[in-house]
Amino acid sequence: MAGTRFGRAINQAIAECMEEDSSVIVIGEDVGAADGPFKVTRGLLNKFGPQRVFDTPISEAAIVGASVGAALGGLKPVVEIMFMDFVTLAMDALVNQAAKQRFMSGGQCSIPIVVRTPHGAGLSAGAQHSQCLEAWLAHVPGLKVVCPSNPSDAYSLFKAAVADPDPVIFVENKTLYAMTGELAVGVDAVPIGRARVARPGRDVTVVSYGASVHTSLAAAQNLQGVGIEAEIIDLRSIQPWDKEMVFASVARTHRVVIVHEAVRAFGVGAEIAASIGEDLFDELDAPVVRVGAPFMPVPFAKSLEEQYIPGVDAVTAGIRKVMV
Amino acid sequence: MSATKKGVPEGRLRALYETMVLIRQTEIQLSKLFADGEIPGSVHLCIGQEAVAAGIMSVLAPQDTITSTHRGHGHVIAKGIDLGRFFKEVMGRAGGICSGRGGSMHVADLSVGLLGANGIVGGGITIALGSALAHQVRRTGGIAVAIFGDGAQAEGVLHESLNIASLWRLPLLFVCENNRWAEFSPTSKHFAADLGELARAFGLAFARVDGNDVEAVARETETAATSLREGGKPYVLECVTLRVRGHYEGDPQKYRDLKELAGLEADDPIARAAEALRGLPDGGEAELRAAEERVALRIAEAVRQAKDDPSPDFQQALQDVYTGVRGA
Repeated sequence: MAGTRFGRAINQAIAECMEEDSSVIVIGEDVGAADGPFKVTRGLLNKFGPQRVFDTPISEAAIVGASVGAALGGLKPVVEIMFMDFVTLAMDALVNQAAKQRFMSGGQCSIPIVVRTPHGAGLSAGAQHSQCLEAWLAHVPGLKVVCPSNPSDAYSLFKAAVADPDPVIFVENKTLYAMTGELAVGVDAVPIGRARVARPGRDVTVVSYGASVHTSLAAAQNLQGVGIEAEIIDLRSIQPWDKEMVFASVARTHRVVIVHEAVRAFGVGAEIAASIGEDLFDELDAPVVRVGAPFMPVPFAKSLEEQYIPGVDAVTAGIRKVMV
Repeated sequence: MSATKKGVPEGRLRALYETMVLIRQTEIQLSKLFADGEIPGSVHLCIGQEAVAAGIMSVLAPQDTITSTHRGHGHVIAKGIDLGRFFKEVMGRAGGICSGRGGSMHVADLSVGLLGANGIVGGGITIALGSALAHQVRRTGGIAVAIFGDGAQAEGVLHESLNIASLWRLPLLFVCENNRWAEFSPTSKHFAADLGELARAFGLAFARVDGNDVEAVARETETAATSLREGGKPYVLECVTLRVRGHYEGDPQKYRDLKELAGLEADDPIARAAEALRGLPDGGEAELRAAEERVALRIAEAVRQAKDDPSPDFQQALQDVYTGVRGA
């Protein structure tokens, strides 16, 4: 049986959520008549009509802000921000409004919105259409952030995101849209906050998420030949992240590499490394290593972009570093 | 029943008068409490602007929703917030409507359709936009009201929201409470356009009203709300008033020529409503005094209870960052 594409898996999850719950609406730029810039919302307008699927003007601040108001009015908006770079235009709505309504009102409300947004380089889309900004949002109390690495997790995590009463940022790596895989339909849903072991190993723990999981798996495959068995943990959720699973693995391997495509400085890896340093210092046989993009905007030229994205060689080097 | 010269039924004007007195006395009390150190942070008072709040809210139904501003005490009181829990909130007490986590700038009471005052200038506009969308999609019959100040006319979200409201013909009333001052500078330094022309450019209905004339505010709001409930185009109502106090309590207002306030007594919205009531056959000083006394008693009781209320619990506050996550 042919697998389901990553984008199609999310599409199926959205459609099923809309069928199950009439309060779920889809709202964003070109999500209706044009089927979405990456075709993730294909067919939804035809199926559910213009009172469930809203093509908006190019007004990111208003789209996300209105979703907060719609959520207060009993709807469950699934919002699309066309590229993660554009969350900059909706930061007040995300950070000051969506994230804080529950807290500031003394628990009078929840804001059940899902903000879908593609991140990542690899398409020569340049510095304003390629960024991985998930650490910004993971830094905000009140927001949850997830980033699946395969179609099955995308499908299940999306359903968990819609079922979640709080604002969830659902990050989709653009290079994964064409990836195919079997959907674990009917199996227990992937809860937000639960990681998975993508590859078991005894020598070193590699913590990653999104497309970087595949880079990490390739590096682990290479190192198998030299007798290094890397355990790859796919976080799936960034905020909250599965501290329990990561710590248990580190307690066995005593060595850690954290891999993400986002710039290394002040990133998700920094938070995880600091947590391990605080709580598991005595377990470590080597300093924690972070592999991430250099501190520069994402460059355009193919040759530059290839050097920018942390690839298999960078992850391999990172693992070798902690194995010394 | 007799009616005033402007056609507002006498009973309704009496209610409007009492609401305005309630807002005024509340603000005066908050000013005292702030000076006495009973209120942490800052407070932004709406003294002199009571007719806008009272007039608009007198027209709204319970299911209608509003978003307000950092200067929102009048709006939330007129929308029907529990006065005791309002005072507790502004004073940072456990029994506050937001359990002491919101404060003056973030008062919300969803049970009366108050989706929140907002500390971000223009921050409530898109929330009202989405609330209007929910009214439309869920066919509640309600309307949403986005109240914002003249300073928010320069915020991009207003322009985005005017556009979307028009495109989707949402049941949304935009209310610009123009008190002629945006923080520390006059509106003329903030906004180059005319709000009426802006509204018309987006294809919206527009009315400008004397915001110190409570009967006029109520009448224009009634027109707007009726139109919106009948599926009419979104509406922009500009209520022109004047900020009497500083931007915040304690603001020395060195940037302002206070001669602007000379002769204000004659234009005071409460004095004007009182004058209209006195002109009625069965009007009279005794009725007005009785209203003031009722209000004074309510406020005294609210303040007494707020002062006795305990401080909020930190662990409980931590529990409401996310829904259903206890002690995370």
